[in-house]
Amino acid sequence: METYSFLRQLADSWALLAMFAFFVGIVIWAFRPGSGKVHSDTANIPFRHENRPAPASGDDTPAAN
Amino acid sequence: MLNYLKLIVLGLIAIFSMIAINYARDVAYLIHAIIVLAVSAGLFLWVLRHTDEPAAPAPQNEYMDDVVRFGVIATAFWGVIGFIAGTFIASQLAFPALNFDWAQGYLNFGRLRPLHTSAVIFAFGGNALIATSFYVVQRTSAARLWGGNLAWFVFWGYQLVIVLAATGYVLGSTHAKEYAEPEWYVDWLLTIVWLAYLAVFVGTIVRRKEPHIYVANWFYLSFILTVAMLHVFNNLAIPVSIWGSKSVQVFSGVQDAMTQWWYGHNAVGFFLTAGFLGMMYYFIPKQAERPVFSYKLSIIHFWALIFIYIWAGPHHLHYTALPDWASTLGMVFSVVLWMPSWGGMINGLMTLSGAWDKLRTDPVIRMMVISVGFYGMSTFEGPMMSIRAVNSLSHYTDWTIGHVHSGALGWNGMITFGALYFLVPKLWNRERLYSLSMVSWHFWLATIGIVLYAASMWVTGIMEGLMWREVDANGFLVNSFADTVGAKFPMYVVRALGGLLYVAGGLIMCYNLWMTVKRAPAVEASAATAHATPAE
Repeated sequence: METYSFLRQLADSWALLAMFAFFVGIVIWAFRPGSGKVHSDTANIPFRHENRPAPASGDDTPAAN
Repeated sequence: MLNYLKLIVLGLIAIFSMIAINYARDVAYLIHAIIVLAVSAGLFLWVLRHTDEPAAPAPQNEYMDDVVRFGVIATAFWGVIGFIAGTFIASQLAFPALNFDWAQGYLNFGRLRPLHTSAVIFAFGGNALIATSFYVVQRTSAARLWGGNLAWFVFWGYQLVIVLAATGYVLGSTHAKEYAEPEWYVDWLLTIVWLAYLAVFVGTIVRRKEPHIYVANWFYLSFILTVAMLHVFNNLAIPVSIWGSKSVQVFSGVQDAMTQWWYGHNAVGFFLTAGFLGMMYYFIPKQAERPVFSYKLSIIHFWALIFIYIWAGPHHLHYTALPDWASTLGMVFSVVLWMPSWGGMINGLMTLSGAWDKLRTDPVIRMMVISVGFYGMSTFEGPMMSIRAVNSLSHYTDWTIGHVHSGALGWNGMITFGALYFLVPKLWNRERLYSLSMVSWHFWLATIGIVLYAASMWVTGIMEGLMWREVDANGFLVNSFADTVGAKFPMYVVRALGGLLYVAGGLIMCYNLWMTVKRAPAVEASAATAHATPAE
């Protein structure tokens, strides 16, 4: 089979399936049990460290918001 | 040691550009060689003068905000230049006498049009993206920018690209690829600058102190990565001579067209959408003082957007030599794209739920909200126009121009203005903006300007499309092309007026921001220190 036809067929079969599966996996991952707490913590990142980077020591437990 | 290396490189560039001036085969190349010579020789002297000064170590307990401040100034400056250029070329279309005889070949519509598009997209939008991404990635990673002065190289290198591109357009050096007009050496320079940008951004994310990468950074990162890929592939060209600006594209025919619109539409998708969504996901929560409506939705929004946008390009090539299956693919993906776009819009708007009263009191958040509103409108209009049957009417007409501007002026412009109003008091340590009523003036002037622009372009675009396809009983075309041009005159005047209002708003913003830095009260020292230790 010539390269064009091969790539064309691969693109609309396995490649499409792989990308779709990856995407569905992400959606399931986003809704996994326990993700809510992580997400609410991540969503609050903009409200920490507004004026200064976190100290270099690494032990930084930021306030709730 | 590093300084010696810099001196060698700058010296070599200066010598090379002197040789280039000698052998230059065209005017644009000659002028560019002179600009590069001036910059590299100037930098050489500057490095030489400072070469034995001990370099103060960068304070790791502070954010690198100088480069963001410069970026904010550059954004406002190029914004106004780009808006003025746009209003001028809109007036040239309405009043062709403005294509002055004495400036033929330099300042006529064909030369100024890419100047306008590049100034607003890449100079205004690009500087806004670089400045805000540097601001946001530091705050959300709780780390100083990686790479030290590399961030300055990104900033000034990008300005040099803009200057070379702009002068090149006026002097006629262009690849003739829409939104990718600069010739080969400017493309190479941009590639280097962009890789440095990627390095600074990724380096900062790697150094982050937060366990998770905030969603805004995902959007910014996808914008930087995808633009790098698009830029390199669409600009694959072989220079005719190293001493001239002309180059020849590697692709030809329909492959070239497809590559161009794969680039062109993803410039919209990743430069003007993903990057600015990064802004939305940081500045709207900050200004509304509440976290984003749904973080889960933002994750799905991100992945859906980047998976789908990349396929939408072929809708620019309906009814061309492109195979039908490819343009159908582009059309279908464009329609599907409606979903993530509106998901993102809902996420931005609903961030205000419980704080809707702020719309009444805070003109900055009003600006951000209307920008998201325009995002929703233009991402509804776009998929509709990509449908083949609608496209047969809208393509090549002013409707397309109107669509682009409701996105660019409404979404990109307004969210950038909102970000600038947020950033200037923070960056210059001011308590508040100089004048909120000026923000309201800006808001209304810009909004009315966009409405005039979009409405006049709908009317003229649909009229033009209908006139082009009108046939009489014998199957002959009723209208000549010049008939449609004549019929468009009143709408062109309205469009130029809309642009004028938008420029006026931009100038008011510049004055307001300037006075904020000069006159607004500084944040009190005690308050500043209280801010400095937020973890309590």
